[in-house]
Parts: sequence; structure tokens; C-alpha cells
Amino acid sequence: MAEPRFAAAHGARGVRIELNRTPSARSRFESAIKVALMAAAALSVITTVLIVGSLLFETIEFFGEVPVGDFLFGTEWTPQFSQAQQSFGVLPLVWGTIYLSLIALVVAIPLGLLSAVYLSEYAPSRVRKVVKPVLELLAGVPTIVFGYFALTFFSPEVLNGVFGIGVGVFNGLGAGLIMGLLVLPTIASVGEDAMSAVPASLREGAFGLGASKLQVSLRIVFPAALSGIVAALILGASRAVGETVLVLVAGGQTPNLGLDPTESFQTMAAYIAAQARGDIPAGSIEYLTIFAVGFTLFVMTLALNFVSIRLVRKYRQVYE
Amino acid sequence: MRIERLLLVLAMVASLAFVAAACGDDEEEGNGAAAASGETPEELSGTIRIDGSSTVYPFAQAAAELFNEEQPGVRITVGQSGTGGGFEKFCAGETDISDASRPIDEEEEVPVCEKNAVEFGEVQVANDGIAIATNKGLAIECMTTDQLAQLWEPESKVARYSDIDPSFPDVPVALFGPGTDSGTFEFFTEEITGEEGAQRTDYEASEDDNQLVTGVAGTEGGLGYFGLSYYEANTDKLNEVQVDSGDGCVAPTTETVQDGSYAPLSRPLFMYPSKEAIAKPQVKAFMDFVIANQQAIAEAAQIVPLTSEQAGKAGSAVKSLEGGA
Amino acid sequence: MTGAQIAAAAQRQDTVIPRRRGREAAAGRLFTGLMYGAVGLAFLGLGAIVRDFASDGVPVLSWDFLTSFPSRIIPASSGIESAIVGTVCLMLICAVLVVPLGVMTAVYLEEYADPNRWFNRLIEVNIQNLAGVPSVVYGILGLAFIVRGPLSLGPVLLAGGITLALLVLPVVIIVAREAIRAVPPSIREGSLALGATQWQTIWRQVLPGSIAGIATGVILALSRAIGETAPLLVVGAGVSLRFNPDSLTSSFTALPIQIFSWTQDADQEFVTRAAGAICVLMIILLLMNSVAIWLRTRYEQKW
Repeated sequence: MAEPRFAAAHGARGVRIELNRTPSARSRFESAIKVALMAAAALSVITTVLIVGSLLFETIEFFGEVPVGDFLFGTEWTPQFSQAQQSFGVLPLVWGTIYLSLIALVVAIPLGLLSAVYLSEYAPSRVRKVVKPVLELLAGVPTIVFGYFALTFFSPEVLNGVFGIGVGVFNGLGAGLIMGLLVLPTIASVGEDAMSAVPASLREGAFGLGASKLQVSLRIVFPAALSGIVAALILGASRAVGETVLVLVAGGQTPNLGLDPTESFQTMAAYIAAQARGDIPAGSIEYLTIFAVGFTLFVMTLALNFVSIRLVRKYRQVYE
Repeated sequence: MRIERLLLVLAMVASLAFVAAACGDDEEEGNGAAAASGETPEELSGTIRIDGSSTVYPFAQAAAELFNEEQPGVRITVGQSGTGGGFEKFCAGETDISDASRPIDEEEEVPVCEKNAVEFGEVQVANDGIAIATNKGLAIECMTTDQLAQLWEPESKVARYSDIDPSFPDVPVALFGPGTDSGTFEFFTEEITGEEGAQRTDYEASEDDNQLVTGVAGTEGGLGYFGLSYYEANTDKLNEVQVDSGDGCVAPTTETVQDGSYAPLSRPLFMYPSKEAIAKPQVKAFMDFVIANQQAIAEAAQIVPLTSEQAGKAGSAVKSLEGGA
Repeated sequence: MTGAQIAAAAQRQDTVIPRRRGREAAAGRLFTGLMYGAVGLAFLGLGAIVRDFASDGVPVLSWDFLTSFPSRIIPASSGIESAIVGTVCLMLICAVLVVPLGVMTAVYLEEYADPNRWFNRLIEVNIQNLAGVPSVVYGILGLAFIVRGPLSLGPVLLAGGITLALLVLPVVIIVAREAIRAVPPSIREGSLALGATQWQTIWRQVLPGSIAGIATGVILALSRAIGETAPLLVVGAGVSLRFNPDSLTSSFTALPIQIFSWTQDADQEFVTRAAGAICVLMIILLLMNSVAIWLRTRYEQKW
């Protein structure tokens, strides 16, 4: 066609070509859709802004009375105790959060991923149809049930009875392990989804080349599904870090900076929940700790997520 | 495929309609200023919002239930945000009545109420005791307040009960108590160790008094303090420790808590109605009902009722709040 | 061994192969053993938990239990009708909010957003972060901005539903994104090559292909929401109400709140009823999940 070439030639000499483009109904529709979708996505940013907003003022007020250094580096968390004993060092709470989440993930990640591989690669279709929904159902058991299970059965009967470990009534080990059970269905289900979405052609090609089932699962499917698996792990870890009621019931309410998992621990989330329902006067310094700890937790998870997204992006590029 | 999609859309529309229907029943909509004032036999309607202490909660719940038998048209919502949380909502004007296991805080909470022009009355509605209990195997019958202080004070070095008194069993100490956010903790420390919040830190803390009971009952050498009703529900598992504050050993019973002889571990429980709320006929009727029937309500809730003298004072507190309306 | 190595070895008729295969088989068996062990352990643990509350709870279940209101005066007559209605309504509100918003956000992030632009990265970090915020902080948010503040709904059903929706939205977004990402690019490219617009491609090819994964996300999200206690308490849910919510602006309660309150009650009668309430909660969850699972199996795609 002569015309377009003519127009292009003109454009090459720097003459602006105005294409006659009246937006059709369809393209207007497409733009409208895009705007609507962006608005939905923006909601997540708004939520973060609101969270920060609801925490910030009281946090600032808190730091008006307690030096930031004391808060971040202090090792004693005793805000409700009397003046002589009162201390606002948040480290025991931070440590409790990290420690219990680690214990939970040590259980949930291997068991969850192995279950995911089983469901996706090895299980017959009939078994998968039953097992996966059952696992997801168990993801819905109220966390308070897990908490009481840890407290009234797991710690006394299993940890002390069967394994003779000698844990206290409230202890970090029981709470952490059962939290792992809580997080496991999330990792298993999302991981399984990711693995079964890997196209069959990849598997078939590998089998055709003589690979064993193990090789196919671990070397072909797993890396191909890595993005989804990482999402599963992140969801699981997030759930563990944010878990409130389970720790409240089974972990005890004693802030603890030690390494002994047979003692009781308190996490940041559990502390906030206990305080928010407590009897302390609103507006007092003890009350302000709710917001300061909430803000700290928020910032902490933000930093961790930042790092993890960077890492994930690096790995994802290798495989896609 | 077409039909399937149609069915799916129909299903979604149906479920939305279900939401609207089920969550928007056409029951009697509560309207605030309904019946004529004065006579209770009038059919009242409207809502009452109560929130606050979880210790007072059983009382508020029983009161609401019994009141509803006379006045089924009134919808009463009772929350468990805690004494502090309750006052925060109360002084923001969001609740009509605040349940409290301690008086409103003069320094922190009263100014907020004043700032929001929320006037209120302080009405004692019941009494509460804090029981000291030990593991059934630990035979301690009575402790003086000094001995309790020695056991629980901040720098306490007591590791075995015999450290306090040679006649006590030579058993290692295993302490249980409420978490530091609890009003029981504040009250206990103030009364026993002399300063609110002053207590040793090496004890097992829990939100849930039931778990404290389990802990004490299941641990050799266990000793804990919690609300009286929790002890009374578990007398078969626990050993009661009587408290001697100078006039001999006193066991916590309804009578001793009421007349104050179970000292110092008896405390009043309050309801704080706001002036604005009591102007509403249903709230006024409710508070009058509570005063008139506090004995029955307290018994139903397994809480210690008021003495007649305390009831009289409570009645006048309500009257004066109403009178100003 | 890689395929190429096997092919080369076969050509050489190398007798080393059988031994290597033996080692591979042993590793395979070990792995299979670990796998079965993991699944078995998971089920053992979860089964023990179910047995725990089922044994206490099932004897309590009855029609009366489902249709009466909680009572302080006669604890044995306490039922969970108000809690059931509250929970079901909260779940419906939550689902109605979370499904469109979650899917729309996921579609935007996967199909439209340029991952190199800073605000899209910001949204991504945001969502991941929000997934880890403790539920009680969402309660504080709900109290500050939905119950009070700009929306000023008061401590009502709608406020509770919105708070829960905000809480689980990140889960739906993250999982939906993975589901959308799993649709092979060839599908999209084929559609565009045939002249479809971007939205047509998404609506008719990508989304139907990812329904299964989205359903998983919604299941997990609602499972999380149904068991949440702390945020609802902070928002101002009532406990043991003796009436059902009659509108979106009515006071409400929910099963987990009832359970929480009952397990902490001095009266042991209530503690056993809590186990019954847990059973009912699980049954409601099962019904909810069944719908989503049906959707998932029906629309499952194997690429």
C-alpha cells in the first residue's frame, strides 16, 4: 500500500502525522476497565495508609514519653509493672515472634511442600479430590482450637508424655509446633495449585527422556512452579507471624528473650490482642504500647517482605 | 455452556438476595423514643449498648436476659472489650453503659469523657472476690497478707514455700496469675504488694482464668490467684487458701466478700450509665430493673450481690443521674 | 542423569546404567517414603485436633442448640443461633467484597501493570506485607476508620464484614495472581493474534482458565475470616446476643467470638458448649468450601 509508506516517510522527516483516531466504544471501554482495575489495586495502598494512620499518632505520642533507643534495644518488656520495674524494651516480643514463627515454619515448610508434591505428582486423582479439600477445611479450624489443643493435649500428653521433654504449661515449643500445623494447609494447598498448573508437556518431555518420577518432580515441576511455591511460603510465613490467638492461649503471656523453648513466650501480635481487650485505662502509657508495638510489627514485616520480593524476583528470572 | 453460565449467574443473584433477606430480616426495627415514660408495663423498644469488663460481663448478660423477659422489644448488646476498652468507647459516646471492675481512672479517662461532654454516674452493681488457690497436694490452709506479699513481691527470692514459713510444705514454688493487662492483676498487686503493678515476673500468666485453674491443678506446688467464681466452679480440683489480714483467717464466701471481711481481696463491680443514655426510656427502665433485681441477677451470674446498704447507695446514684435528665 | 547422558550411555551400551538406576530408584523410594510420612503426619496431627473438639462437641449438637440464644440464667439451654446468623452474614459480606476486588487487583497486577514502574512494585510489596499484619491491627483500623472516622458506620455488621474483607483480601490477591500467571502465554498470544482486545482475552480466556486457582484463594481467605475473633472484638461485636442481626447496620456477634467467650467462662457448662459451637463452625466452613471446591473441579484446567 502506498499510503502508509508515504505517511511513514513523512514521519521520518519529523513531520507530525496526526492519525485520525476517534476513540471507538471498545477502546473507551478498555480504558475504563483499566482504570477500574487500577482503582481496585490502589485499595491495597489505601489500606496500608489507613493502617499506618490508625497507628501513627499514638505511636508518636508513645515515643514522646519513651526514648526510641530504650524501646528498640531494651531487653525487658514490663510496661504494666510499677514504676520501679517498668521497662519498655521491645526485643523480647520481637524475639518471641521470630522464634515461634521459625519453629512453625520448620514444621510447615517441609511437611507442606512434601504434601504438595504428593498431591500434585503422586496421588491418584480420587485421593487428591478428597485430600486437598480436607486439608483446606482444616485451614479453617479457628485458631483458638489449635491453641487449646496445644495447651490441653499436645504439651502435656505428647511433649511431656510421649517425648518426656518437660515443657511448662505454657511453652513456646508446643505453640510453635501447632502453629506449624496451622500454617501447613496453606503451604500445601497453594503449592499444590502451583505445581499442578505446570504444563503436562514439560513432564512428558522429561519422562520421554528417561527421567524418573523423582527427577521429574524435583527437577522439572518444582522449579517451574517456583513462583507459586514461593507465594505459598510467603503466605504461610505471614500467617505465622501474624498469628494471635494461638499464642495467646498456648504460649503464655511472659515476654522472654531466651532460647529455651520449654518456657513461655509472648509475641507482638499476642501482646496487642491481650492489651486491646484488657483493663488498662485508655490514653495511658501502657495503652499507647499497643500502637507502638503494632507499628513496630508492621515496619518489621514490611522490611522482611521487601527483602523477600527482591530475592524472589532474582530467582524467578532464572526459571522463566 | 450457555445454560450453565446462566445458572451460575442465577445462583449468584439468588445468594445475594439471600444475603439481603437473611441479614435484613423484617423484624421490628428498633426506634429510640417509643413508649410513654414512667410505667414499666409499657412496651418498650430500642437498643442498649453495654461494653466493658469481662468480669462484670456475666452480670450484664444475666441482667439483659432477665430484663428481656419483661421487655422483649428492647435489644441489648453486651460487649467484652475490657474495662479500659469499654471506657474508651463510653467516653467517645458509643456505648450507653460501661461495665467496669475498677473505678474510672481520674487521670486518664475522666478528662476524655469531659472533653466529649459525656456525663455519667457511678453505680456499684455487685461485689467480687479474688481467691487464692493451690494444687490439691499442697496443703496450705491460710496465709497472711504479709506472707502473700513476701511470695509475690517484685524482688522476691522465695523459691520454696517453706522459705516463707517453715510450717509450709517444702515444695518448689510454681506461680500462676492473670496477665499484666488484667484488672485482677492491678487490683491484686495494689492490695498485696502495695503498689499497682509491683510483682515478681517469674510466674505463668494467662488471659484465661480457666487455664490458670488447669495450671494450678496440674502442677505440683502450683499456687495462683483468680476470680472467685473460677475457684467455686472447680472446688474439687483446688485447695482454697484463706487470707488473714490481721483479724484471723477468712475464707472467701458470698458473705465475707459482701461485708468486706474477706479483706483486702474484695472489690466492687460497677456500671457507668451516661446521662444522655439514661434519658432514653429503655435505658432508664433497665437501670431501675438492675437496682431492683440485683440479687437475683447476681445469683444467676454466680457473682456476689450487693448488701442492702450498697444497694441503697446504688439506687440513689441512679436516681440522681435520672433526676438531672 | 540427564536425558542426554542416558541417550549417550544407551548408545555406548554402557553397563554402568543399571547401577545408577538402582541408586535413583533408592532415592526415589526414600523420597516417596518421606512424602507419605509427611502427609501421614499432617493428617495425624490435624485428625487429633478434630477428634479433640468433636468428642466434646458432637454430644452437644441438637436442633435446639442451633436455634436458641445464649443464656446466662439457664446455661444448659444456651444455643448459637445469633452467632450462626452473624457468622454467615459476615462471610457473605466478606465474599461479596473480596472476590471482585481481589480478582480485579490480581488481573491488574498480572495483565496490565508494568512491573518496572515504581508504583506497581509498591503495590506488590504492600499486598505481601498486608498478608502478614496481625488480625488485631485490622481491628484497630476498622475501629478507627470504619466504625468511627470517615465511614462512621458504628459497631455494626457491615463494619465487621468490611474489616474482615480487608483482612483476607491480600490472600485472595496473592493466590489469584498465581492462578492467572499459570495460564500459559501462548493462550494469551493466540487470542490477541485472533484479534481480541486485551480485556476480551482476559475475560474469555485467562479468567476462565484461572477459576480453579482463584477458587482456592477464596477458600483460604474465607477459612481465615471465619475463625477470626480479635478484630471483631476490637470493632465492637457483641457477645452472646439474644437476637439476630436484622440489617446491615445492626449489632452482631459471630461464632468465634461466642466460642472465645464461652471457653473463658467460669461455668464449665459453657465450656463444653464451646466445643459444640466449634463443630458447627466447621460444618458451615465445609458447606462454604464445597461450593468453591465444586467450582474448582468443574473448571479445572490442565495445560
